[in-house]
Amino acid sequence: MKYSYFPGCSLKGLGRAYEESLLPVMRHLGVELSELDDWNCCGATAYMSVDEEEACILAARNLAIANSNGGHDLLTPCSACYLVLNKTQHNMEDFPQVRAGVEKALASVNMSWKGKVKVRHPLDVLFHDIGVEAIRQKVTRPLKGLKVAPYYGCQLVRPYSTFDEAWNPVTMDRILEALGVEVLPFPLKTKCCGGSLTGTVPQAGLRLSYIILKEAVRRGADVIATICPLCQFNLDAYHSQIEKSWGAARIPTVYFTQLMGLAFGMSPRELGLQRNFVPMKPLAPVAW
Amino acid sequence: MKTATNGSLRIGFYVCHCGHNIGGIVDCPAVAEYVSRLPGVVLSRDYKYMCSDPGQELIQQDIREHHLNRVVVASCSPLLHEHTFRTAVERGGLNPFFFQMVNIREHDSWVHTDREEATAKAKALAHAAIHRVRFHRPLETKRVPIHPDVLVVGGGITGIHAALTLGNAGKKVFLVEREPSIGGHMAKFDKTFPTLDCAACILTPKMSAVRSHENITLWTYSEVVKVQGYVGNYTVTVRRKPRYIIEELCVGCLECVKSCVYKEPKFLDEFNVGLSRRKPIYIPFPQAVPQVVLIDPERCLQVKTGKCKKTCLEACADRKAIDFSQKEELVEIKVGSIIMATGFKLFDAKRIPQYGYGLYPNVVTSLELERLVTSSGPTSGEIILRDGSKPKTAGFILCVGSRDTRSNRWCSRTCCMHSMKLAQLFREHTQADVTIFYMDIRAPGKGCEEFYDKSLREGIRFVRGRVAEVTDWALAKEEEGKLVIRVEDTLAGFVRRIPVDMIVLAVGMEPQADAQEIRRMFNLSCSTEGWFLEKHPKLAPVSTFTDGIFISGCCQGPKDIPDSIAQAGAAAAECMALIDKGYIEQEPNTAYITEEECSGCKSCIPLCPYTAITFDDAKAKASINEALCKGCGTCVASCPSGSIKQHLFEDEQIFSEIEGVLAY
Repeated sequence: MKYSYFPGCSLKGLGRAYEESLLPVMRHLGVELSELDDWNCCGATAYMSVDEEEACILAARNLAIANSNGGHDLLTPCSACYLVLNKTQHNMEDFPQVRAGVEKALASVNMSWKGKVKVRHPLDVLFHDIGVEAIRQKVTRPLKGLKVAPYYGCQLVRPYSTFDEAWNPVTMDRILEALGVEVLPFPLKTKCCGGSLTGTVPQAGLRLSYIILKEAVRRGADVIATICPLCQFNLDAYHSQIEKSWGAARIPTVYFTQLMGLAFGMSPRELGLQRNFVPMKPLAPVAW
Repeated sequence: MKTATNGSLRIGFYVCHCGHNIGGIVDCPAVAEYVSRLPGVVLSRDYKYMCSDPGQELIQQDIREHHLNRVVVASCSPLLHEHTFRTAVERGGLNPFFFQMVNIREHDSWVHTDREEATAKAKALAHAAIHRVRFHRPLETKRVPIHPDVLVVGGGITGIHAALTLGNAGKKVFLVEREPSIGGHMAKFDKTFPTLDCAACILTPKMSAVRSHENITLWTYSEVVKVQGYVGNYTVTVRRKPRYIIEELCVGCLECVKSCVYKEPKFLDEFNVGLSRRKPIYIPFPQAVPQVVLIDPERCLQVKTGKCKKTCLEACADRKAIDFSQKEELVEIKVGSIIMATGFKLFDAKRIPQYGYGLYPNVVTSLELERLVTSSGPTSGEIILRDGSKPKTAGFILCVGSRDTRSNRWCSRTCCMHSMKLAQLFREHTQADVTIFYMDIRAPGKGCEEFYDKSLREGIRFVRGRVAEVTDWALAKEEEGKLVIRVEDTLAGFVRRIPVDMIVLAVGMEPQADAQEIRRMFNLSCSTEGWFLEKHPKLAPVSTFTDGIFISGCCQGPKDIPDSIAQAGAAAAECMALIDKGYIEQEPNTAYITEEECSGCKSCIPLCPYTAITFDDAKAKASINEALCKGCGTCVASCPSGSIKQHLFEDEQIFSEIEGVLAY
């Protein structure tokens, strides 16, 4: 199974633990990833709100590269990238005037968007292409007794819920269950973590992070599993400020791929778990 | 007006304005003027309303004075007034089939906006009819007797009322219900709005009246599987599922239930919507009609495995009503008319995950609360939370699965009133604070607005706004351990979080899950939403496009008990009108065989949906039974030798009609 891979800036920076865990886990499952050559910033949500057409040009350049990279489905782990690339696909398909502008810009550097590359999230690929059963078979160290709050964030299923339910996504739940963990019912699955507000209006943004953290603690979770670099950072990095304003809600937030790696027998360091601000407690059978 | 004659043909033409319906788009005087110059036309008029008494009188007078021998009227759809004009023609002294109708309303003025083009189209259509009517021949309508028995499908309050009305009028009725007891949804209700009278007290007497009625044959636990025939003469096959109990012998003493090898009730009870449990041998509810137990084949050890001590048999040793050898039975009955009263199903609240049904145990549906409130229900009328404690606060969310573009667009009509009734009972039983979350309160029924007023005065709170979500995460101390309703209060103008102990979802009504299969079996039409379609939304609300089949109650659309009863009565009256007339007049548009041309190939025989064609072995020719032929034309189109023809659709009539359109 071969996919093109678009890491985006987070996975090379703040969210490097995501890449550090995603790549070995995918390899372990027999998935070949080919990173796009000379990829660029997706523009994130910020650029989209400034100039939608230019933002689309920026994102479409990556789609054009993916197109010439064998046309495989494009694996996009970061939720912001996933949303922006999907939005670009939709804009190109549905709005001829956007497509004309984008195609012109791409043509000026001898590139073209052909619209054939599908943008896929790792959850989508793991759940639909590889399957829960194949994942279960790779588990050598079941994470028995670990209570996990599954947290998907907002961008994965909104506004496009292409492979999971918008109100109650479950693909990560099913994958985590295959690892042997206890997945807690977590109605805040897709509630906002604060997003970039944690940087711009911290009292508003961090309060949203706090709600998610304290609810995970109240429900008895040992760890929050997430799929988005910004969510992971918001839920992990601001504990001292949150504590000062609203009270303690200390709980580690890790990438779901890190939990997969642990269950596959990989070492915490291999999976970037040492990078957490709030460290995950060693699991009984796991040597840290 | 033109009075010249053309051979023996004397056609009178009338174009109707239908007020502005036609006259607003089609230039009627111009059409009349155009037709007056066509050969054979001796008289051509335009008139405001042809269907009115003076309009009909005009035709009769003209026939007499101008010796017309053909009449053409250009007006609305023949469905509406063909019969009217044929009668007028007959009264004028002509055979009613020397008449042709042109539809320039539904086919022209209602669907076009350009006056010139619409007028041209009206002229072309009129030209076609003038051409065609030349070849019309006198025909006789035939009379077919009506079988006087009626089938009522569905034993809810609607079916019960229809059956009783017919039975009381002396008509024989078969009432078929697929559940083990009649009573439907109403049997599950505690009280009814807006009078708050006890549902069981008004329903159970009607249920037992059905059971004991000399004119009603009641078949519960039975389903219609096949419908053949046509108005007046339906043959219906009913599947009677095995109860493993001989209905005539069982007296409902329940000794067998007590002695079942399952000492405790183990399986979810359908009647209490899963809020209590029952045994494999059970009676659906205490007032069930018939008062007869049944055995659940999925649960009973004896039926499933054949290995059971059969303690029930011992308990019933003197009556011997239990019979494990019972098999499914197919019974064929003959009826003349059918009333559909198949009801509705409730919206599955899990389809709106943000309301937390199935996730939070204290989120219940309105029907579940109904069972909790009822004294004969699983809690003997106590409203309690899942942990057994009493709720101090409750929120009712309206329009769950109604008036929602993401699920069902229609208003379910009863949930506002039903919720207010439950809210009043809730307060009566628990003294809890009750808030109703609504978009609009719809209380148009008799006494309903007053009931709304009473709810307000009794201290039930109303918050206008569509609830965004139900959740269990707390922001403030008072929210902890509660369910929190997040809603935009559109009257106060801000977003609120309201913590409550119990949430009641006012789930809407939906067509039955198998409505499409039923529809096909009975040859009915459905609205896009899946409700059975009436023949006319105002003038024929219980008739269907299939003659002799009527619809009533919630299978036609959401409605409350009084409206369902009214429709049941209306449907019963329609059946009686058919039965008491004794016969129906059939269009003489039947197919006939020109024997000398028939090659005897038999290809028409299997094609006939009404089994009207047989093969005459002596002559080696096909033969059509005119009484059975419905004039569908299938055999006419398929006959390889062209020997089958059809009255009113003769080749020369159709070809000349086409020529007429093309000649304009």
